[in-house]
Formats: sequence, C-alpha cells, structure tokens
Amino acid sequence: MKTGMLAFIIRRALQAIGVLLTVGIIAFAMFRFAGDPVNQIVSLDTPAAEREQVRLSLGLDDPVPVQFARYLFRAAQGDFGVSYQFRQPVSDLLAERVPATMELALCATIFATVFGVLMGVYSGLKRDSILAKVFQTVSLVGISLPTFLIGILLIYLFSVTLGWLPSYGRGDTVRIGWWTTGFLTLSGWTALIMPSITLGLFQMTLIMRIVRAEMLEVLRTDYIKFARARGLTTRAIHFGHALKNTLVPVITIVGLQFGSVIAFAIITETVFQWPGMGLLFVQAVQNVDIPIMAAYLMLVALIFVVINLAVDILYTVVDPRLRTTIRQPA
Amino acid sequence: MTEGLQSAPVLAPDKAPAASSPWHARFLDSDIWASFKRSKLTMLATFLTLLFLLAAILAGLVAPQNPFDPAQLDLLNSRIPPLWEADGVAPYLLGTDEQGRDVFSAILYGLRVSLLVGFLGVAFSATLGIALGLIAGYFGGTVDAVIMRVADVQLTFPAILCALLVDGVVKSVAGGQLSPAATLGVLVFSIGLSFWVQYARTVRGSVMVEKNKDYIAAARLIGLPAPVIMFRHVLPNVLGPVLVIATINLALAIITEATLSFLGTGMPETMPSLGTLIRIGNNYLFSGEWWIIAFPGVALAILVLSINLLGDWLRDALNPRLR
Amino acid sequence: MSQPVLSVRDLHVEFVTRRGVLKAIDGISFDIAKGEVLGVVGESGAGKSVTGSAVVGLIDPPGRIAGGEVILSGMRIDNLPPEELRRVRGKRIGMIFQDPLTSLNPLYRVSEQLVETIRTHTNLSSSAARKRAIDLLAEVGIPAPDRRIDSYPHEFSGGMRQRVVIALALCAEPELIIADEPTTALDVSVQAQIITLLKRLGRDHGTAIMLVTHDMGVIAETADRVAVMYAGRIAEIGPVRDVVQNPLHPYAKGLMGAIPSLEVETDRLVQIPGSMPRLSAIPTGCAFNPRCPFAFDRCRVERPEPIQRDLHRVACHLYDETTIRAEALA
Repeated sequence: MKTGMLAFIIRRALQAIGVLLTVGIIAFAMFRFAGDPVNQIVSLDTPAAEREQVRLSLGLDDPVPVQFARYLFRAAQGDFGVSYQFRQPVSDLLAERVPATMELALCATIFATVFGVLMGVYSGLKRDSILAKVFQTVSLVGISLPTFLIGILLIYLFSVTLGWLPSYGRGDTVRIGWWTTGFLTLSGWTALIMPSITLGLFQMTLIMRIVRAEMLEVLRTDYIKFARARGLTTRAIHFGHALKNTLVPVITIVGLQFGSVIAFAIITETVFQWPGMGLLFVQAVQNVDIPIMAAYLMLVALIFVVINLAVDILYTVVDPRLRTTIRQPA
Repeated sequence: MTEGLQSAPVLAPDKAPAASSPWHARFLDSDIWASFKRSKLTMLATFLTLLFLLAAILAGLVAPQNPFDPAQLDLLNSRIPPLWEADGVAPYLLGTDEQGRDVFSAILYGLRVSLLVGFLGVAFSATLGIALGLIAGYFGGTVDAVIMRVADVQLTFPAILCALLVDGVVKSVAGGQLSPAATLGVLVFSIGLSFWVQYARTVRGSVMVEKNKDYIAAARLIGLPAPVIMFRHVLPNVLGPVLVIATINLALAIITEATLSFLGTGMPETMPSLGTLIRIGNNYLFSGEWWIIAFPGVALAILVLSINLLGDWLRDALNPRLR
Repeated sequence: MSQPVLSVRDLHVEFVTRRGVLKAIDGISFDIAKGEVLGVVGESGAGKSVTGSAVVGLIDPPGRIAGGEVILSGMRIDNLPPEELRRVRGKRIGMIFQDPLTSLNPLYRVSEQLVETIRTHTNLSSSAARKRAIDLLAEVGIPAPDRRIDSYPHEFSGGMRQRVVIALALCAEPELIIADEPTTALDVSVQAQIITLLKRLGRDHGTAIMLVTHDMGVIAETADRVAVMYAGRIAEIGPVRDVVQNPLHPYAKGLMGAIPSLEVETDRLVQIPGSMPRLSAIPTGCAFNPRCPFAFDRCRVERPEPIQRDLHRVACHLYDETTIRAEALA
C-alpha cells in the first residue's frame, strides 16, 4: 500500500550509504596515510627490518583499493585498529566511552527541546512581551558565547562559589551489562546537570528561534484564520492547530542536531572532564592518535546517518501528507 | 567597500541617489547608514569591535609588558590580584598569572593572535569558498556535482569537528613539535577548510542566476575568457552576501580558534591566544585566582558578541526581506 | 419587512501604517435579509474581503474597525468582547474562504476538524457530533461520507475540499454565511457545482449569504442583490437583475460591460481605462473620478453620498437632483 513511502526511505538509505562511504574514504586516508599503521604494532626503537616485516603482515603493500576494502570490512565488524597511546583496540576504548556521551547527549537534547519549545511558543504567541524579549536576548547570548565559556561560568557559579554541583566526572555509575549508567544514582544525576545545560544551550536557542519563527508563520496561514472563523477557542487554535504544525520542523532540527550534539560534546566533556568519546577524541588529537580519530569520525558519521533516517521516518508519522497512500478518493 | 554596498542588488532602486553626487554623500544618504543610525546596539557593537581592533594593533605600545618574551616575566610577580584588590601591585592592572605574566598585556597580545587567526581564517575560507563556488556554478556538470557533494557531506559535521580533525592530521603529517608561528598557520588552514561551504553555496547560487543573463552572454560573445567574466562581472554581484557571511564567520572563526586553543590543540602557552589564556586560567578556577580566567573570558565574550551583533545588523540591512 | 439577518451601518475600517492611516472601508451600509444572497463585487483591493472579515471581527492589527455598527439579527456584535465574539463566529456566522487547499489544517483528519467545531458550539457528545459530521458531509454532497470522514484533507480533490469547508461553516446552523471568493481557486467545472450547492443550502436552511467575489458571472447567477464596491465604498447596490441590466454608476456600467455576453457579439471586452487607486492615494471627491468618462468639476471636490434611485442606491453626482436640474436647464 505504501510504496511511495518505501521508495522515499530506500532513496534516503542510499544517500546515507553514500555519506558513509565518503567519510569512510576520509577515515581510511587518515588511517593509512596520515598515520603509519605500523606504529600501532611496533615501538619507536624497532629496527627497520622488523618494521618491514610488520608492514608486509599488515598488507600495506597491497593495492590501495584492496586496503580500503579491508579497512571498511574490518570497521564494519568494529575493528578500527589499535590506539597509539593506549596500545589497546580502539573499539574497546570507544565502547567504554559510548554510554557516558550518549547519556549526556540525551539529557542535553531533552533539556534543549523542552525549554526551546516552551520558550519558542511563548515568544511566538506574545512576541511583544518583556519575557519574550528576555528570551531573545538569552538566545543571542546562547548563540554567541563559546560553549566552554558557558561551562566554566557554570562551574564557577555552582561548584566554586555555591558548592552545589560537582565540577567534573559522572558521579557514581552503575554497570548494566557493558553499559554504565549515571541515571541510577543521585550523584550521577547531579553530575549530569551542568554538562547537559552547557551542551544543550546552543540547541535550545536554536529550537527556540525556529519554534518562534514557525509559530509566527503558522499563525498567518489560512487554516488558522479559518479555525478562528469557525469560532474555535484560542487555546485550541494555539496549542492544537498551530503547535502541531510547528512540530514538524522541530523534529527535523532536534534529530539533525543530535549528531552535532554528540560532536559538540567534545568541548563540554573537556570542560567537565566527562569520561566520554569526546574527551577520548581530544586526547587523540593532542597526541596525534590517528586510529582513534578515524574511528571517532566513522562512528559520528554512522550515528548521524542513522538519526537522519529515523527523522525521515518520524516525519511521515507526524505529517500525513507524506504518507503517500494509494487509496483514491471514492 | 562602500561601492560594494551601494551596488548590492537588494537595495531598493528608487532609494539609490544620483550617481553624480560624491561617494560620501551617497553613503550618508543610503538605507544602510540610516539603519545604522537607528540602532544604538549596533553602534555600541561597532565601537567595541573597533576598540578591540585598535587594542590588538597597538598592543606593543599600550601593554606594559610583552608576555611573549620570557625575559620580561618574573616568577616573583606571579599570581598578583588586580590593582583594586588589597594585594594589587602596579602596573599589573588586571593582576598576573602563575608565570608572572601581566593579564592585561596577555589579553592585548592574545587579542592580536585571536583576531589574526580569525581574519586570516575567514580570508582563507572565503577565498576557497568563492573560488570553488565560482567554478562549480560556472562550469556545472561533474565539477559542480563533486564540489557540492563534498560540501554536503562536510556540512553534516560541525565545523569544530572538521577543524579538530584537520588540525590533528596536519600535525601528524608534519610530525614532532611545531613552532608557534607554524601552529598559527595550521589553525588558519583548519578553520579555512571548515568554513568554506557556506561561501561556495552562496556564490554558486548567484552564479547560476547570473550566468544566463544577457550581459554574460555578451561578454562571452566578445570573447572574454571565463576567469575574466567571473571575476569582473559575476563576483561583484555576490559580494554583499559574502560580506555578511564573512562577518558572521569572523565571530565563528574566533570562537573556533579559542575552542581549539582551550582544548589544548591550538596556540601554545608560549604565544597564547585568548583561548589559551582561558585554558591557563581554568587551572586556577578553584584556587581563588579568578582574574586569570575572568578577564580573558570577558574579553572573548564581548569581542564575539560585538561581531555577531554587527553581522546580524549587516544581514538585515543588506536584505530587508529577511526582517 | 422583517428584521434583516445582517445589518451593517456606516462601517469604517482603517489600517494604521508607518505612512499614516489607510482607509480600507470608508463608510458602507447594507442589509441582508433571511434567505437572501447578497453579492459583493469589485476589483481586488476594493475592500470586499475586508468587509467580510470586519463583520465577524477578524480584522487583525494594524487594522481596526474605526466606526459604524454591525448588527446580527437585531444584536450589535462589533463591540462584543473577544470571547463572546468568538462564540458568534462559527455558531451564528459561518465563513468560507477562497482556497480550500489551505483552509484546512493538513495535519488533522476531516472528522477531527468537524467534530472539534461542532463540539465547540454545541453540547453534543463526541459520538453524536461525529454522526452530525457525517450528516453534514452527506448534505454537502460528499459520497460515502461515513468512510471518507476519516481521511486527511490532502486525500480530497479541490472541489471536495471546498465541500468540506462548507460543511465546517454549516456545523452550528448559522444564520449567516460569508463566502469569500469561494470558487476562485476551483476549476471552472467545479465552480458551478459549488455555487449550486451554496444556493441550495441557503434556500433549504433560510441562511443569509454574503457572497464576496470579483466574478460578475457568479453574482449574476447566484445573488438576489448585488453591491458594487470601489475603493472602500459601495458605488451601487440593488437587485441583481436591475444592476446587471441597467447599471447606473459609471463604474458599474464598465463592470457590466466586462461580462462577456452570449447574445451580443462584441469584438473585445469593454475595459475601464486605468486602475483602482491604491489606498494611500485615493483622490479627493469621488474616488472614481480620474477614470470616469462622465466626471465633471463637482466629482473632483465633493464626495458623492448614496442616492436612492428606484430600486438602486447609487453614489454618483450624475443622479443628484441638482445636477439633473442643471442639465435640464442647459
């Protein structure tokens, strides 16, 4: 029945694979040419002959496309090579760090969405009120100030001066299988507050601005005018008709920005010494640990692409026009 | 610059004053000047931006100390609080840091580094983006497809991630420790590579529109070579939007540099930018020496906010429809 | 004569702009009786739609009703507080807008929009409201309404959507329907169907209809009386047959000349030279004087007030007693 939607999703999936391949090429080029894979195995004082041995065993003399295929094949199985700094498989290092980043990004996104939508709706409906002007100012500051400054400011206020919240780390975590979570302890929650706000502030202002602009746009449409002409209550018009129509772009933004949130977590994690992937990545850049950098790039690209697909599917749930059905008018 | 603004196609034609009047009269009569005079905030932002620029340029004359010169630093003068505090010592207006570096001087010199990286980064990304945009738009076909595909993929990642990656890769290829000047070059390079997409897209779009117009066809007919047509005829038409992007990107470039330096992959402590100063100060956040981080932080915040306000205003002034 | 359903007395509507106050409606008066169809015709910008919006109190800032009265079945409604005016809209006055494609909220099923409107204005339970909604769809000629009711707007054709819009306007059995260009956005073949439907509904329910359009053909076919508007005023108002066959106002004459006639072969459509003035540049005296072939000195200084001539009321100095006497003397 829903062939149109299926074709749409397949097309998007193909585009996603295209992006992943491009990123794969970049990651491979970094892995193979910027860093010398031999360095993953040997130490600095290994003799040249032995290096050559390792070189052959790693297949570095094979044609480049073969090496690329091998790299992708291994990456698909989660094998990204060995970290120069830690002498451990990159996949192990990343897996250990994934939960911290994911929980932080999730909290930041929820924070950004809830407050962004509320502030956006309010300033869209009462755009001349004082509070709306305050929101606009906050959003300008939120968009202008560097993330790390906001983080430092929060630490200075709530850790140094007031001593209410911890300034670094995740607090106590609980291990569930391979996943460690901070959601089950009080210290885990208090540790999440400031990093989530720091990370989410930019997205919050973005969402607020978009919701406000959309709200103003939707309130001008014919169907809102018609809804008023039908005598519906203001509440029904604003929160039933207008808000639902503004949610479509909000979903896109929230979804598309989730990839950015994970990437931006690099900064927040450094400020709060949050043991996530971003902190690992920054250490990798500082120490020129190419395998970790390449793997991180691939992982972020994968997360980004998966989210994009999810957003596309979610779209069709909210907006019936995209659910192209074959059912014709009787 | 005034010429570029005047000829921007977005201005209402009936507002364009007679071409015979001198340029300053035309400028004072323009919509842009009118909207500038209307906005107090914009005037303040312009004043602050100019002040920062001046401070950076005159750092050598104004600053009591050259913080890049280790010989001028005295460990005995370390961690002195600002002048108005009980233990303040002249001439250290804003206090000193762990190494006896005068915070005020460090900010002036750091401002210089930050602005230098910002301007060079924007210049590099604009040049790259405009060139690629012109090529993609003018030639179309496969060239266009390849350039814009790469742009699409890059746009999916935040600029800071691109900059970090480029930074890491360049350092890896270069190997070993880089001199401060070389690090500055690497920063400019990585920022340039991270911000070219927006220019390329804008320029490409304008070229697509312009290239089918009669005057381009005429230029082709009289046998002008493609680069001449692009630079003489197409480029002036896109300068307005490019200027807006460049202003907003200047703030972004400064933030990116500061972030990289804060993360420890940017400017070294021997030649600190504002970001490096904040990184240094961050170590003293808990021990009570708040001035080491506060003043560079405030300087960076005001600088970025001012440039952003200026960019916002410029965008609105050049494109009334967006208001 | 019984009390009119709608009575508009000396209505003024202004728009406050940076360049001063623009008079969109400059003192118009008319009545609509029970079961009567009043056509309101004129060029775009003549103030037809603004009149419709003003009657139901849907003039948004910077526009405002600057004077006059709107009386619905003996009750003055233009000065009601917003909440009471909302109860009048949709319940006692139904509205139909030009574009059925944009009048319906795309994200809600037709059933949801109908039930919402019915329940806003009546005490019906949701199942009773749904039953009424199905009856309404049947009445406006939607086939298999019990199945189609749960479709989304985009699943209907343009003509069917306009039927849904009409059903929405009928939800609470209003005394008056204001139809603002109800057929303009539709195919020619569908236009006739919608007009027939409107006429039938008006007859069956005794509903008064204010039909706003720029299409004289539609007016001639549908309306009982017609008001010709020009630059925010009524130039001529009277029974449709008289006004079409024997227009008095020079502007109405031009307009009627613009109706293609099947009986009389004309080489080209008669056109009135020039165009209607912008609201910011309405000439002194009669607004039509720069385009009027019969204009004389008085037309350029003194604004003509409506004069009763047989069944017409016309605002033109040509029909003023003093002018006629002067002509007779000359």
